[in-house]
Amino acid sequence: MTSNSLLQIVFYMAVLIALAKPLGSYMAKIYDDEPVVINRWLAPFEAWIYRLSGVNPQQEMRWTDYAIALLVFNLLGGLAVFGLQSLQASLPLNPQNLPNVSPDSAFNTAVSFATNTNWQGYGGEVTMSYLTQMLGLTVQNFVSAATGMATLVALIRGFTRRKADIIGNFWVDMTRSTLYILMPLSLVLALVLVGQGVVQTFSPYQTVSLLERVSYEQPKLGADGVALQDASGKPELEAVEVKEQMIAVGPAASQVAIKQLGTNGGGFFNVNSAHPLENPTPLSNFLEMLSILLIPAALCYTFGMMVGDTRQGWAILAAMTLMLVALIFVTVPAEQSGNPAFSALGVDQIASAEQSGGNMEGKETRFGITNSALWAVVTTAASNGSVNAMHDSFTPIGGLVPMWLMQLGEVVFGGVGSGLYGMIMFAIVAVFVSGLMIGRTPEYLGKKIEAYEMKMAAITILIPPLMVLGGTALAVLLEVGKSSIFNPGAHGFSEVLYALSSAGNNNGSAFGGLSANTPFYNTLLGVVMLFSRYWLAVPVLAIAGALAAKKIVPVGPGTLPTHTPLFIVLLIGTVLMVGALTFVPALALGPVVEHLQMLGAVAAK
Amino acid sequence: MNNKSVLRSLGDPQILGDALVESFRKLSPQQQWKNPVMFVVYIGSMLTTLLWVLALNGEGQDPPQFILAITLWLWGTVLFANFAEAIAEGRSKAQAAFLRSAKRDIAAKKLDEPRHDANYSKVAGSSLRRGDVVLIEAGDFVPGDGEVIEGVASVDESAITGESAPVIRESGGDFSSVTGGTRVLSDWLVVRITANPGEAFLDRMIAMVENAKRQKTPNEIALTILLVALTLVFLMATVTLLPFSWYAVATSGSGQPITLTVLVALLVCLIPTTIGGLLSAIGVAGIGRMMQKNVIATSGRAVEAAGDIDVLLLDKTGTITLGNRQASAFIAVAGVTERELADAAQLASMADETPEGRSVVVLAKQKYGFRERDVQSLGATFVHFSAQTRMSGVNIEGRQIRKGAADAIRSHIEEQGGKFQPEFRKVVDDVARRGSTPLVVSEGTRVLGVIELKDIVKGGIKERFAELRQMGIKTIMITGDNRLTAAAIAAEAGVDDFLAEATPEAKLKLIRQYQAEGRLVAMTGDGTNDAPALAQADVAVAMNSGTQAAKEAGNMVDLDSNPTKLIEIVETGKQMLMTRGALTTFSIANDVAKYFAIIPAAFATTYPVLDVLNVMELATPASAILSAVIFNALIIVALIPLALKGIKYKPVGAATLLQNNLLVYGVGGLIVPFIGIKAIDLILVTLGLV
Repeated sequence: MTSNSLLQIVFYMAVLIALAKPLGSYMAKIYDDEPVVINRWLAPFEAWIYRLSGVNPQQEMRWTDYAIALLVFNLLGGLAVFGLQSLQASLPLNPQNLPNVSPDSAFNTAVSFATNTNWQGYGGEVTMSYLTQMLGLTVQNFVSAATGMATLVALIRGFTRRKADIIGNFWVDMTRSTLYILMPLSLVLALVLVGQGVVQTFSPYQTVSLLERVSYEQPKLGADGVALQDASGKPELEAVEVKEQMIAVGPAASQVAIKQLGTNGGGFFNVNSAHPLENPTPLSNFLEMLSILLIPAALCYTFGMMVGDTRQGWAILAAMTLMLVALIFVTVPAEQSGNPAFSALGVDQIASAEQSGGNMEGKETRFGITNSALWAVVTTAASNGSVNAMHDSFTPIGGLVPMWLMQLGEVVFGGVGSGLYGMIMFAIVAVFVSGLMIGRTPEYLGKKIEAYEMKMAAITILIPPLMVLGGTALAVLLEVGKSSIFNPGAHGFSEVLYALSSAGNNNGSAFGGLSANTPFYNTLLGVVMLFSRYWLAVPVLAIAGALAAKKIVPVGPGTLPTHTPLFIVLLIGTVLMVGALTFVPALALGPVVEHLQMLGAVAAK
Repeated sequence: MNNKSVLRSLGDPQILGDALVESFRKLSPQQQWKNPVMFVVYIGSMLTTLLWVLALNGEGQDPPQFILAITLWLWGTVLFANFAEAIAEGRSKAQAAFLRSAKRDIAAKKLDEPRHDANYSKVAGSSLRRGDVVLIEAGDFVPGDGEVIEGVASVDESAITGESAPVIRESGGDFSSVTGGTRVLSDWLVVRITANPGEAFLDRMIAMVENAKRQKTPNEIALTILLVALTLVFLMATVTLLPFSWYAVATSGSGQPITLTVLVALLVCLIPTTIGGLLSAIGVAGIGRMMQKNVIATSGRAVEAAGDIDVLLLDKTGTITLGNRQASAFIAVAGVTERELADAAQLASMADETPEGRSVVVLAKQKYGFRERDVQSLGATFVHFSAQTRMSGVNIEGRQIRKGAADAIRSHIEEQGGKFQPEFRKVVDDVARRGSTPLVVSEGTRVLGVIELKDIVKGGIKERFAELRQMGIKTIMITGDNRLTAAAIAAEAGVDDFLAEATPEAKLKLIRQYQAEGRLVAMTGDGTNDAPALAQADVAVAMNSGTQAAKEAGNMVDLDSNPTKLIEIVETGKQMLMTRGALTTFSIANDVAKYFAIIPAAFATTYPVLDVLNVMELATPASAILSAVIFNALIIVALIPLALKGIKYKPVGAATLLQNNLLVYGVGGLIVPFIGIKAIDLILVTLGLV
C-alpha cells in the first residue's frame, strides 16, 4: 500500500466522520419537528401535501398500522415502476424508442427499486426510457430510502417512549425524510455533479465522430449469417473501420445524486459509476463515494440525539467505522499487490508516478487502485451497490471482502435507515448475551429485552442468510441456474454467491460474470429481495411497538453501559461471529479456494 | 433437609445411578422435542445410524467403522445432555422425596368449637378444610397449615427447615403460623386450618421441586429463541453445503461430494449443543441451590427476577435491628412523676402481647415493683393496636390510657379537643435522636411522658448492605418509627434510605412508586401488615417464622427466617443468568475451531488446497471430523459441574463482570477447542483408531 493511498483513505474517513454530527443533528431536529429554517419555510408545502393526500399529521399510528402503511405504499410504488416499464414504448420521453421491458425483468426491477436494492439485471441506456428512469426509478430512489429512514425513526421512538402504543405517523416520516433531507442534499449534489460533467439532458443519444478511428478485422458473414471460410478452412476476414460512436445521454445527474445518497446504487448507465458521464472526475468520484456513507453515518448521531444520549450513537458509529476501516485495509492492499498471474505475463504491477500499479483489470485508470477498492468496500458496506470498477475482476480476497460485507447483513453503515436498524438488532442480541453474562435481565437504552424482542431480532438476523444460502443452493442445483454461469470453477460459484448475497441483503451491486437477466434469476432474485426487505422491516416495527409499550428502566450501577469500548468490541464480535460462522463454508468453496489456487498456480511455476 | 445432605447428594452414587438410567429413558421423542437444539442432534444421530446400516450393506459413502464411530459419539452427545438434566433433577427429586416423607396422613383432633376445652373428634388430616379448628397436643403432628388461635407451644420444624432447635409458636403476633408435618413438642395449640388439602405449603414445595424443569423462565425462553435461530442458521449453512459441494465437484472435476455423515457431524458441532444440552440442568440446579440455602421459591421466574432487583425494602425490626425493642426508661413530663408514668404505661401494656409491650410491663415491675394486676377484675377494656391508629391502651376506671407513636397520640388528643404541648416535642425528638423509639403515654387529653424503647442494630449488617450496594441494589429500611429514630438507625445500619412512620398504605405506595419508575422491588417481611406490600413487590421473601398471610403473599419463603438471605437469593438469580450467558458465548466461540477442523477435512478430495486451513495439523480427514465430534460431546460432560454449581458472582460492577466473563468464556471458548481437538486427535492416532 502506498502512502498516497493511505492519505486518501484517511482523508475520506475524516470528512465522513466530521459530517456525521452536523447532518445527524439536523436530521434529529427534522424528525423531532424542531425548527431548522427549511422545515418552517416549506411548512405550507408540507401541510399542502397532507391536505392533498388526506393525512392527519397529528394522528400517530400503532406499529401494525405503520407497517401496513409502509407495505401498501411500497406495493403501489413497485406496481407503478412495473407499469411504467411495461408501457414505456407508448409513453412520452422515449427518444430512443426503447421497447417495453419483459415482464420478468420488469418485476425484478420494480422489486429491486422499491426495496432499495437496485440490483440491475438490465442495462440502463439500452432498456429504460427517460420517463421510466425519472418517474419510476428516481422516484423509488427517494421513497425507498425514505422508507428505510421512517422505519428507523419509528424504532428509535420505540426506545424513547414509555408505555405508549403509537410510534409515529408513517406518512409524516416519509414526507419529512424526502422533503427536508433527501431532496435538498440531492439537489446540491446533482448541481455539483453537473459541474463536474455528469450529463443532464432530455436530448436523444448523440452520434459523434471519433477522433481516433478504430480499425479491426472481423469474420465475413455469408447471406445466411454463417461465417464464410476460405479454402484452407479458416474464417474469411474483412477489415472494419469505426468512424463514429453513439453516446448515450439523458437526465443522469438528478438520478445519480439520489442513487448515491439514498444508498440505492442503481446506475443510469449500465456500467454505473465507472461510466464517464456518470462519474467523470476524481472529485465527482470522491463526492459520490462520500454520499454513499454520509446519511448512514449521520443517522447514528441522529439516533444518539433522539434517544437523549449521543454517546450511544457514537458507539454504534465507532463499531461500524472500525469494521469498515479494517476491511478497507484488507481490500486495498489485496488489489494493490496485484495478481501473480499478471506478473507471469510481464505486466508491470508496481505503483509508480505514471500508474497506480496493482490489479488494474476491470478498473478505471482515472480512479486507480485506491479509489476503486475503497469504493468497492464502501458501496458494499452500505447497501448502495453502485460500482466504479468491476468486482468480478478483483483478486479473490479483494472480491471476498465486498461479498462478506453484504453477508454481514448490511449493518456496517448499511442502507439509509435499514443499516442502523439492522445494527440495532445486532445490538439487541449483543445486549442480550452480555446481559445474561452479568446476571441481569438484559436491557438496551432502558428497555428490557425479552422473549418477544429476541424473537423479532432473531428473525431479522436469520432471514438474509437463509435467503442467500438457500438461493445460491437453488441456483447451483438447477440447470437453468448453472447455465448462466460464464466462469468455470470456484470463481463461477463466487459469482452466484455474490449475486444472491447482493439481493439477499438489498445491496444491488453485481459481481458480473453471471448472465442474470433471465427469467430464472429475475424471479429468484426478485423474491429474495422482497423477503430480505420486508421480513426485516416488519419485525423491526414490531419491536418498535413492543419497546414503546414498555417502561424505561432507570440507569443504575448494575446497568451495563452500552457506549463503552467494551460494548463496541462486543457488538463487532456479534456481527462478525454471526457473519463468519454462517458464511465460512460457502466462502471457503468460493473466494478462499480461488485465492489458494491462485497462490498454488504461482508456486507450481 | 439441611445443607450438608444436599451437597452430599452431588456425589451420591444412588443419584448418579438413577441419572444414568434416566438419561436413557429421556431418549423418547417427546422428551427430546422439548429441547430444540438437542432434538436436531437426536435426529442427526438417527440419520447416521441409518447410514451405518446402509454402509454395512455396502451402500455407504463412508467406511462403516467411521460412520459407526461418529454415530456412537452423536448418541453420546444426546445422552450426556440427558445425563446433565437427570442429575440436576435427581437432586431435586431427592429433596421432594424427603419432603413427602414429612407429609404422611396425620390423625387430627378436630374441635367442635374454637376453644381449648371443647369436645373434639378424631378425623384424618387430609379431610380438614380451611376454617376447621384443631387441637394439637404435645407429641402430635400438625395436620395442616394454620394459624394458632390459642395457646403457646414449642414446635419441632426440622422436617421443613432442617433446623433441629424447636421454635415457639403462640397465638397473636408474628409467630402464630404453623406448618403441616411439623410436630408439637410441649404444651398444646388450638389452630385454625388455613389451607385446603393439596394447597398446603408442603404441597406447594413438593410441586415446586418436581416441576422445576417444566416452567421455563422468561430469560430462558428468550435464550431458547436465540439458540433456535442459531441452530436454523447452522442448519442452513450445512444443508446448502451439499449442493455447493456437488457443484464444486462438477466444476473442479475432482474428488467426492461431502458425505451425509460428515454433514451431520458438522451440523452437530456447529449448533450450540453445549448450552443447549446444559440449559435445563442450569435452571433445575438453580432452584436446587436456592433450596440448599433454605429458601423455597414458588417459581423459577421469581428466582430469576431476584437477580434483577434494584430496590430492596427491609423491615427494620428483626432484620436490621436485633429482635425486638426493649423499654429502657420512663421519661415523665413536668408535673408527672416517673412512678405515675410507669404505672400508666404498665396498665396500658397489660394486654399488649408483643415483646415490646411485655418489656414495658417488666421494666415497670423492675423499677417500681408493680405487679401484674388482674385487669379482668378491674373491669378494664383493652384497645388493641391497629395499623391505622398505631396505638393501643386500656380504658379502666374511667381513665383512658393510650400509648403509641408521638403523632398518633397527638391526633388522638387533638381529636378529643385537647392540645399537644409543643415543648413536649423536644423530649420525643431527643429520644429519637438517640436511635431509640419514643412511645408516648397519654391519659385522656394529657400527655404523661415517654417510654424509651431501645433498638440494637445487628452486628455485621452494615457490611451486608455495602455488598448489596456493590450489586447495584438500593436498600430502604421500613419502620413505624418516627423520622428521627429512623434516620439514626438508618445511619448506623448503613442503609441508603428509609421510610419512617410507615403504614401498610405507605409501604404499598412506596413500592408502586419505585415500580412506576421502572425499578424492580424486593421486599422481605414477616408480619400480616406486610402482606399487601409483599404481594405488590416483584420479589417477596416471607420469613418462615412469619404469619401465614405473609407467607401466602410472598413468592419465596426463607426457612431460616434470615432477612439478609436476600443477598444470597440475588446471587443465585444472577448465577443462573450468568451461567447461561457464559455457556452460550463459550458454545458459539467453540465453532471457530470446529470449522478449522472440519472444512479442510470435508473438502480434502475436492479442493486439496484447503488443507492450508488445517492449522491444527490433524492427522487425517476422518480423525479431524471424529475429534471435533468427540470434543463436542465431552465438553458437555466437562461442564456439568459448572452448570450445577453456577458461575461465581462477584459484585464488581457490570462492565468489569462482563469483561471478566468475556475473557474467560469468550476468549477461552475460542482457544480451548483448538487444544482439545488436537489432543483428541493425537490420542486417536496413538491408539491407532484412525
